[in-house]
Amino acid sequence: MKEKVKILDQEGISRAIMRISHEIIERNKGASGLCIIGIRNRGVYIAERIADCIKKIEGADVLTGALDITLYRDDLALASGQPLVRKTEIDFDINDKNLVLVDDVLYTGRTIRAALDALIDFGSPRSIQLAVLVDRGHRELPIRADFVGKNIPTSNKESVEVRLREFDISDEVLIVEKE
Amino acid sequence: MIWTKKDLLGLEYLTKEEIELILDTAESFKEVSTREIKKVPALRGKTAVNLFYEPSTRTRVSFEVAAKRLSADVINIATETSSVRKGETLIDTGKNIQALKADIIIMRHNCSGAANMLARALDISVVNAGDGWHEHPTQALLDIFTLKEKLGKIKGLNVAIVGDIAHSRVARSNIWGLTKLGAEVILCAPEMLLPVGIELTGACISTNIDEVLEKVDAVNVLRMQFERDEGAAFPEQLDYFKKYGITEQRLSKAKKDIVVMHPGPINRGIEMSSAVADGVNSVILEQVTNGIAVRMAVLFLVSQAKDAGR
Repeated sequence: MKEKVKILDQEGISRAIMRISHEIIERNKGASGLCIIGIRNRGVYIAERIADCIKKIEGADVLTGALDITLYRDDLALASGQPLVRKTEIDFDINDKNLVLVDDVLYTGRTIRAALDALIDFGSPRSIQLAVLVDRGHRELPIRADFVGKNIPTSNKESVEVRLREFDISDEVLIVEKE
Repeated sequence: MIWTKKDLLGLEYLTKEEIELILDTAESFKEVSTREIKKVPALRGKTAVNLFYEPSTRTRVSFEVAAKRLSADVINIATETSSVRKGETLIDTGKNIQALKADIIIMRHNCSGAANMLARALDISVVNAGDGWHEHPTQALLDIFTLKEKLGKIKGLNVAIVGDIAHSRVARSNIWGLTKLGAEVILCAPEMLLPVGIELTGACISTNIDEVLEKVDAVNVLRMQFERDEGAAFPEQLDYFKKYGITEQRLSKAKKDIVVMHPGPINRGIEMSSAVADGVNSVILEQVTNGIAVRMAVLFLVSQAKDAGR
């Protein structure tokens, strides 16, 4: 893969996450009954950062969880590379809560479809909202995000790479050309 | 690490990395059984057949629960009431199950090597649920999983396997798995229950249970398989309990947090006392719970490997 353009740097990412956090509080009229659930891998770190921001703004602790959607993928039988099954950690009751599902990149929408199925197996939340750091278009399912860090129009030949310091070395969002 | 094998036949045939992949995957699957809705759609539309030529409740039910929690359909074939009684060969039975478009056969058989033979003859996955005196890989995997969960690691541990080594596929699978992951295995039994050449596996041998218990981190106590073959050499039950039975008195000289395991079903008062079986060091029921996660991981991985090769 060839590096092409840097879309967001560390400051850009933290401003986007801060704005998303404000928007989540505005939409939900505060932080009560709110739970933030990140999709593995990088969505989990963004979810934790959003929870930290909400705590700074509202002074309230927000429950966070991690969701692995491997077992719910519709392309499990067709996947070329073998997916690794990782842990789902939702240690609280999601019934009647307002959930914010968090992922790094929104693309075809298939991951989110799988995540919705997975969440419903945990209970019946009052609402599920979707926050993503990057929306790159090319949806294949009727799914849209409620909170978007940055809209990045891309071609199918490109891919968007989100790097986060908790998982990678640095904080940045890149567009790379597929070879 | 990618899983490429369509079958799970024994731990002898797996690398350290493959064993670790199963254990890591099982850790992720353990959470599923703690949910209110204990089911994920990973094997939706797949069919698993339990083909048991030997009586088994716990292994068969554990596999059935594991397959169902992955949304697979499960069919149980009890060989006493099937065409096996009319003289059908194992391979023919297997090919018929394959022709029914099943995806996985989970087999328990009284002949060592039966699972290997069936796996060679079929394109669908074969999971060995115990073959003769050869291997019982998922039992060893769940023993190792439980041990790792309790003590945080396998490498460097001293693990004793006590009792009926001669007739035990559980012992053989445990020896392979534990030594590959870097544990020291000590086999402890009266000489008549130690098969000739077992030391070639790399395990140490002892006939003195009290000495062994003093130095090990865990003890896996095997069931005396009196049903195995009549007329074979078995120690007298009370005499065995006196010399090898795990009792509170014996454990009082062991490490305080020694892990006591048993693959079940327990012969209370022969292999161990009731007080030990129900005591604080016993993880026997946790083994049963972990068995589901380990078998879910195995069923998931073998069916993924088959899809990848399609």
